[in-house]
Amino acid sequence: MTDLLLLVVTGLGLGALYFLAASGLSLIYGLMGVLNFAHGAFMMAGSYAGWWTMTSLLPSSMAVAARLAVAVAVAIVVGALVGFLVEVVLIRPLYRHHIQQVLVTVGLSLASVAAAQGIWGADPKPLPKPEWMSQTTELFGARVPNDRFVFILVAVALFLGLLALLHLTQLGLVIRAGVENRTMVEALGINVRRTFTIVFSIGGAAAGLAGLLYSQYSGTVSPAQGGSLLIYAFIVVVIGGMGSLPGTAVAAVAVGLVQQLANYYAASGVGDLSVVLLLALVLLLRPSAMKGALA
Amino acid sequence: MSTDWSEDTNEDRVRPGAQGRGSTMSMSSPALATPTDTEPSSGPAPRRAEGRRTRTSGLLKLLPAVVVVAVLAYLPYVPTEVPGLLPGRINGPGSMQLLATCLVMAGIALSYDVIFGRTGLLSFGHALFVAAGSYLLSISLSTWSMPLWASILVALVLTTGLAVVVGAIALRVGGIAFAMVTLAFAQAASIIVLRNPGGVTGGEEGKSLNRQAVPDLLVGVAHAPYRYWLALGFVVVAAIVVTLLVRSRAGHAMAAVRENEGRAAVLGLPVYRVKLLAIVVGAFLGGLGGIVHALVLGGSNPHLTTTEFTLGLLVMVVLGGAGRTWGALLGGFLYHYADARLVEVSGSSLLDSLPDVVRQVLSQPLFILGIFFVVVVYFAPSGIAGLGARLLRKGRAS
Repeated sequence: MTDLLLLVVTGLGLGALYFLAASGLSLIYGLMGVLNFAHGAFMMAGSYAGWWTMTSLLPSSMAVAARLAVAVAVAIVVGALVGFLVEVVLIRPLYRHHIQQVLVTVGLSLASVAAAQGIWGADPKPLPKPEWMSQTTELFGARVPNDRFVFILVAVALFLGLLALLHLTQLGLVIRAGVENRTMVEALGINVRRTFTIVFSIGGAAAGLAGLLYSQYSGTVSPAQGGSLLIYAFIVVVIGGMGSLPGTAVAAVAVGLVQQLANYYAASGVGDLSVVLLLALVLLLRPSAMKGALA
Repeated sequence: MSTDWSEDTNEDRVRPGAQGRGSTMSMSSPALATPTDTEPSSGPAPRRAEGRRTRTSGLLKLLPAVVVVAVLAYLPYVPTEVPGLLPGRINGPGSMQLLATCLVMAGIALSYDVIFGRTGLLSFGHALFVAAGSYLLSISLSTWSMPLWASILVALVLTTGLAVVVGAIALRVGGIAFAMVTLAFAQAASIIVLRNPGGVTGGEEGKSLNRQAVPDLLVGVAHAPYRYWLALGFVVVAAIVVTLLVRSRAGHAMAAVRENEGRAAVLGLPVYRVKLLAIVVGAFLGGLGGIVHALVLGGSNPHLTTTEFTLGLLVMVVLGGAGRTWGALLGGFLYHYADARLVEVSGSSLLDSLPDVVRQVLSQPLFILGIFFVVVVYFAPSGIAGLGARLLRKGRAS
C-alpha cells in the first residue's frame, strides 16, 4: 500500500513535469497549428540559463534555495525571450505554411542542441539542489521525495494561472476564440498575430520553467534533456486532444502514472512502452478526439 | 513570400511523368465536375501517341542516370587522391567506406521521400523501418543463426508487416497528429532497442554482424569496394522502384493526395489505401536500406532508431528537394558526407582566428546543417535539385 502511494505521488510529480512541458506546446498548437519541435530547445535554454545562474552568476555563499528561486525567474524570462524571438524571426514569415514551420523548428532544434554541445560539451553537468528538495517526507508511511511536491505545486499553479488567463482576461478570450475559429477572429478585426507572439512567449516561459525543473529532477543539465522530455510532451498533447488545456492536464497525469506504475510492477522500460501503447489505444478507440487536429 | 511557395507547387505538378493525369488534378474548376468532364475528352488515341514520344524522350532522360551510375561504379578503379574532399585515395578503404555509407544514406533518403515528398505525409517514424531492417538482419544472422538469404528475407518480410500495422494505426489521424503518432512509435522502438531485451539488440553498444554468416567478399578492410558496389546497387534498385512507382497509377494517386487530399477523396481515390501503400513501399525500401547499412557497416547501431535519425532524413530530403528522385538522393549523399567531413574542416587552420566559443559551435556538423536547413526552407523551398532545375530552365530559355 505504501509502495502504491509512493508510486502515485512520484507518478504525479512526473506528470506535473510533463504538464509543464506540454502546456505551452498544446497552447501553441491549438492556436497556431504549429508543431513546435523547438520546444525542446526552449527547455534547454531554460535549464542552461538556470544552471548558469546557480553556478556562475550568483555567489556560492548564497543559499541554494534562494539561488534556485532566482534561477527559476531567469529560466522563465529566458524561455519567454527565446520563444518571442523564434516566433517573430522564424515562424511569422511562414504564416499559413504549417509544414514549413515544422521544418524550421526541426532545423532550429538540431542546430541549438548541436550548439549547446559545442559550447558546454555533451556530458551532463551537475546542478545544485536545495537540501530540503533531496530529502523525503513521510506521508502515510511512504517516504516521498520532497521535490515531487514542488513539481506538483508548480504545475497546479501554472494550470490555474493559465486557466485564469484563458477565462478571465480579454487576451484569453481572443486565444480561446482563435483556437475555435481563427479566420473568424481575424475577420472581426482582432490582431491575431500579436496574440500568436504572446502565446509563443508564454509557451517559451513554461518550457523554460519545465526545462529547469526537469534538470532539478534528474540532478544534471545536458543538451539531450530537452529532446527526451519533448517526446513525452508530444504524446501528452496528442492524448489530451491537441489544444485543450484541461485535456493536456488529464493526459499528463495519466501518462505520468502509467509510466511510473508499469515501470515498477512490470519491468523497467515497460512503463515507457505502455505510454506509447496508451497513445495507440486512444487513437484506435477515440480517433474523433483528434478530429480537430486534422490540419 | 506566399507567391513563392505556390509557384513551387505548380512547378511540381507539371513534372513530365504526371502530365496525363496531372491535368485533371491541377484544373481549378470545382472538383465535383472533373471526373465526368475530362475522362472522355482525353481519350485513348492521343494518349498513346503521346506515350511513344515520352518513351524516346524517357530513354534520353535516362542517359544522365546511366552515366552517373557508370562513373560511380568505376570509382574503385581510380587511384587518384582528392586532398581535402576524401580521406586518402579514392579507391582506398577509407574513402570507399565513406562513399558507400553516403550512398546507403542517399537510398534511405529516397525511401523516405516516397512517404514525405511524393505523398505529402509528414512521418517522423521512418527510422523505425530502417532500424527494423538493420536489426532484424543482425539478429537473424547472429541470434537465430540463419543463412544470409533467409535473414534478408525475414528482415524484409517483418519490416513490411510492421509498416502495415504501424501505418494502419497511424493513418487513423492526419496531418500533424500523424507526425506525432509515428514519432511515438519510433520512440517505442528506440526504447526497446536500448533496453536490450534478452540481450538480442545489444543495447547502447549495438549489435555486430556474425562474420561467419556473411560472404567473405563483404567482410574486411580490403573488400571495401565490394561493399561500395553493394551500396550502389541498393541505390539503383531504390531509384528504379521509386521511378516505376511514381509513373504507375498508384504514383499518380499519391501525387493527387499530396496536392489536395480532399479533392482526391471526392474523385473517388481510396486515399487511406494510397497513403498506406506509400508507407509500406517506403518502409520496404527503408528496410532494404537498413539491411545494406548493416552489411556495409558490419552491424546495427542504436543511432538508427533515434528521432535524430528521422529528423536527419527529413533534413536530407528537404535539402535535396522533396518529391524529386535526384533531390532525395543528392540530399542523402551530401548530408551524410557533410556530417562525416565537416568535423575535419573545423580542425583546419581556417577557423583558428575565431574566438573559442564560435569555433566550438562551428565544429558541430549538426549546427551548420541545421542552420543551412533553415536557410533552405526559407529561400530555396524546392531544395538543391529544385534550384538546379530552375537554373537549367533559365539556361535553356536564354
